[in-house]
Amino acid sequence: MIPETAMFGIPQWLWTIAVIIVKIAIVLGGVMLHVAYATYFERKVIGRMQNRLGPMVVGPYGILQPIADGIKSFFKEDIIPTNADKPIFFMAPILGLMAALSSLAVVPFFNGFVVANINIGLLFLFAMSSLAVYGVILGGWSSNSKYSFLGALRASAQVISYEVPLGLSLVGVMLMAGSLNITDIVNAQSRYPGGMYITAQWLGFFVFVVSAIAETNRSPFDLPEAETELIAGFFTEYSGMRFALFFMAEYTGMIIMCSIAVLCFLGGWTLPPFVLKLMPFLGAVPGVVWFAMKLYVCIFFYYWIRATLPRYRYDQLMSIGWKVLIPLALVNIVITSLIKMLVHPTGTP
Amino acid sequence: MDETKELKTKEMVLNMGPQHPSTHGVLRLRLEVSGETIVKCTPFVGYLHRGTEKLAEGMTYLQSIPLMDRLDYISSMTNDVGYCIAVERLFDIDPPLRAKYIRTMVSEMSRISSHLLWLATHALDIGAMTVFLYAFRERERLLELFEMLCGARLTVTYPRIGGVRNDVSQEFIDTLYQFTEEFPSKIEEYETLINVNRIWLKRTVGVGIISAEEAINYGLSGAALRGSGVDYDIRKHFPYDAYDLVRFEVPIGKNGDVYDRYLCRMEELRQSNSIVKQCIEALPTGPIMSSDSPKYTLPPKDKVLNNMESLIHHFTLITKGPMTAPQGEVYVATEVPKGELGFYIISDGTGKPYRMRIRSPSFIHVAALPRLCEGGFIADVVANIGSIDVVLGECDR
Repeated sequence: MIPETAMFGIPQWLWTIAVIIVKIAIVLGGVMLHVAYATYFERKVIGRMQNRLGPMVVGPYGILQPIADGIKSFFKEDIIPTNADKPIFFMAPILGLMAALSSLAVVPFFNGFVVANINIGLLFLFAMSSLAVYGVILGGWSSNSKYSFLGALRASAQVISYEVPLGLSLVGVMLMAGSLNITDIVNAQSRYPGGMYITAQWLGFFVFVVSAIAETNRSPFDLPEAETELIAGFFTEYSGMRFALFFMAEYTGMIIMCSIAVLCFLGGWTLPPFVLKLMPFLGAVPGVVWFAMKLYVCIFFYYWIRATLPRYRYDQLMSIGWKVLIPLALVNIVITSLIKMLVHPTGTP
Repeated sequence: MDETKELKTKEMVLNMGPQHPSTHGVLRLRLEVSGETIVKCTPFVGYLHRGTEKLAEGMTYLQSIPLMDRLDYISSMTNDVGYCIAVERLFDIDPPLRAKYIRTMVSEMSRISSHLLWLATHALDIGAMTVFLYAFRERERLLELFEMLCGARLTVTYPRIGGVRNDVSQEFIDTLYQFTEEFPSKIEEYETLINVNRIWLKRTVGVGIISAEEAINYGLSGAALRGSGVDYDIRKHFPYDAYDLVRFEVPIGKNGDVYDRYLCRMEELRQSNSIVKQCIEALPTGPIMSSDSPKYTLPPKDKVLNNMESLIHHFTLITKGPMTAPQGEVYVATEVPKGELGFYIISDGTGKPYRMRIRSPSFIHVAALPRLCEGGFIADVVANIGSIDVVLGECDR
């Protein structure tokens, strides 16, 4: 693709760096735009489900609402509690958002478009989503508020507990694809007869979806920010832009979790082979469109759940994680391994 | 470092309220928590104290009605009705049948609207946010009906001693009848959202259990008492207004937990709806204001405008109250949406009450909160507050 010799007299290494920077800018810009409009989408969807209109004032059908919200939170006063641990209080939201955005590095949005095509993509994602909890716990701890503190404790316990089934649920996918590289996983799915791993890994998909909701602190597992119990949980004391950073981290996390679901279970940017055989013209549509469509179906699912279900209690949440999801994920791994051993005794997929 | 030395643990004191999204007003709870478990719960009330009882001593019986609106401001109609009935019993006034039916009808409308607000906030506290807006959709229709009836949506001041302020219009009756036709299907809609929802069941079944005996000892009333299996409803057992002329059932719970209290109130919605319907169907013609005791009740408006004696009578009644009133005391309890609302009034023969004491169900329900919450989780506290349905305006008076 890129010639060995310098292009336009630019050295090879500089060219590589420039390409990466451009990719990062595209990914960051694209994702942040989607984060902003995910809030709009959420308010519209839930509004529709609840017999109301959602945002309607700013722009036609309230289309400019996310931008107005962004500007508003940027110019709002940044209130810091008197006894807060200031450096940590400043750092926490940045840490949270940083961890969320770093995860984007390994997410391929369509074939070949990924900032860092590394072999351990999935592991990197888990590592980063674990790091995101630091933003939450430090923010809650440094606020010097009991509600924030309780929220932070809930969040850390919840994220650590649900990390386990989340990781285990993807082991089946790794076994089937034989790789941790996300691009490879998607390509393996397009070779798979069903076209999507959800057909074989439905149990894993179920465990993944439930754990992902808990991991991103969304309803019905939104205990860390349960507004009717803990006001706003860990970010009770935050205001202005720092509050918005937490918010962006939450929505970025949601987009990442949905991306993983799409990439690992729903075939990513590819279409199942039988669909392409039936309607070959669909192959002309760029892969990123399919990716975005699948992503928004997943995000819609999040909103749907939020509008429908009540909230779990702390102890119930823990028992679901440890007593239901982890055993299910383990069963899934055992079944997948057995089938793989019987079908491909040599070990190559 | 000495590893055998144990670190001491201490309960954290968490101050819930008076500004908290789910303490339903200005209730303040001092929670001592060990982790997420409540060790001790101490309610503090009085942030909304306005001295209603003392204020009423300085006012004529008629002037006190707007104060009663502001007790349980979610269901002001039932408070007004309760107060008017207390004064009527004190002075031996018998309102005409049409007024009784209208009062029963509007009380039940008020009960439905109060229960809808309870359902909305209770569900929201537990996290089901869509029920909130669904319930408010129907509540809005009821509030519009109140507006059509008397011009006010919340603080109605509609009942009067010896009757009601004005007659109902045909448009009101038609709209209300249409509402009662449609409402049962709406109740089903709420129930499909939460009644058998696994998370809802997990959050409410077995939470905040109180036995029938304990519930009586704590003085609980209304659905909070019936949820524990005690068959006690003042409308049924000590009927007032037209309650002995309509047919309705008193839903009874079994286990005395949050879920049974929830089921009782949901069934009450249906029963109230049926009472409203029966009242409309049986609404007799006739006067809306008692005329047999002209010393206490206001004369009809057309007489006030055309007849000098009536005008003078109206003026003195409003400004000074009845010049002579029989001495005596009375305790009258009525079934308001929250429970048993009692008025204890002592008349010393002047036009103003010597003393008025209000037995408000919310105050007594708040006293039972520690019993319900202790040993549970923080999340159960909000479920319990929702299930005993307190309103702080009434609690603090």
